Amino acid sequence: MARPKIPRKSTSIDMTAMCDVAFLLLSFFILTTKFKPAEAITVSTPSSVATKVAPDKDVVLITIDKDGKVFLSMDNEQIKGNIADVLNSTKNLGINKAAFVKAGFIGSSFSQLNAFLAIPEEDRKGNNLPGIPCKDSSNNEVTEWISIVKGAYMGLKMNLLLKGDNLAKYPAFKNVIDAFKKNDELKFSMVTNPESAPTGTDLWKQNQGPVDKKE
Amino acid sequence: MAEMDTSGGGGHKKGPGVKKSKKLSTRVDLTPMVDLGFLLITFFIFTTTMSQPTAMKLNLPKDTDKPEEQNKTAESGVLTLLLGKDNNVFYYEGTLKNDASNFKSSNFKDIRDVIIRKKQSTPEKNLMLIIKPSNECTYKNVVDMIDEMSINVIKRYALVDIADVEDKLVKITEGATGN
Repeated sequence: MARPKIPRKSTSIDMTAMCDVAFLLLSFFILTTKFKPAEAITVSTPSSVATKVAPDKDVVLITIDKDGKVFLSMDNEQIKGNIADVLNSTKNLGINKAAFVKAGFIGSSFSQLNAFLAIPEEDRKGNNLPGIPCKDSSNNEVTEWISIVKGAYMGLKMNLLLKGDNLAKYPAFKNVIDAFKKNDELKFSMVTNPESAPTGTDLWKQNQGPVDKKE
Repeated sequence: MAEMDTSGGGGHKKGPGVKKSKKLSTRVDLTPMVDLGFLLITFFIFTTTMSQPTAMKLNLPKDTDKPEEQNKTAESGVLTLLLGKDNNVFYYEGTLKNDASNFKSSNFKDIRDVIIRKKQSTPEKNLMLIIKPSNECTYKNVVDMIDEMSINVIKRYALVDIADVEDKLVKITEGATGN
């Protein structure tokens, strides 16, 4: 009996197409990766088990660096413009509105704000700047800043974030919290690095909970 | 696609005496290149999603001077945690005794067991943890301690300023253990 001939096929596959796909994806990922903007203030945040991702719109961020200096940054340019107007009219600072809107962060007292804005953006480094005075309750300019920002955000939702350095001392943190309290801003979030809940703890059990019920 | 036509015009006959040069295949094995490509892709995917910062919520109570508005809590269910310098943690249950006999020292590793033990031995409605950071402790300590509350699912806790007596006690204990 004659067997039907099975044509022997080569086992080597043309890898070209796969290679093309791989490098296409690679270039896509490289190009779409958002690089961390070079931070003027170096802060290493502590980690927590919080799983909620930090908001990135309408953020009012208070940064505490390792020496306890306080900086303020906002992302909404329109509101920053309004704040500049308010500062000029109420405090007669005569600040440059365009420079204020463009500034990545604020790190000086009201009286030195003009000098601060005169420094070129790339030379504004956290460790050379005085920060917003927040040392004690009598001279807590952070309180004023928050009340101005709060006024500018009137009717809009603002995400108050606090980003502190691992090595910042507690008094700096407390002064900022006090400033929040004075403005009745009792809800805020702290920026942290994600961390998983330690095995065996109650939170871990809670996270495992739904899985157990299914079984 | 990856190979070129090198046959040179089909079966063109060359004259006698012309040596036939051996043809080398232009096919390259692309498998290692694909491997490398996917390795890099995996690397980029992992590194991009991992650095997303998270936000830890903290709701502050409103400051009030009126005692009737302040929260009442049973003394037996209170655990006070004091944060000292160099990651030291001190704690006492209930109120601090005059001779400080219930003042115990601990650290961030062991404090979880203390909290869990307290949680198990106290009815939930009485359980209240008070965190008192001293001026020497760092922001990381405070965040770690608040984090510890969410790790152990503690519903009621408060961030309170340290009292002078406690601050002194923390300093004395730190001085004694440091030497």
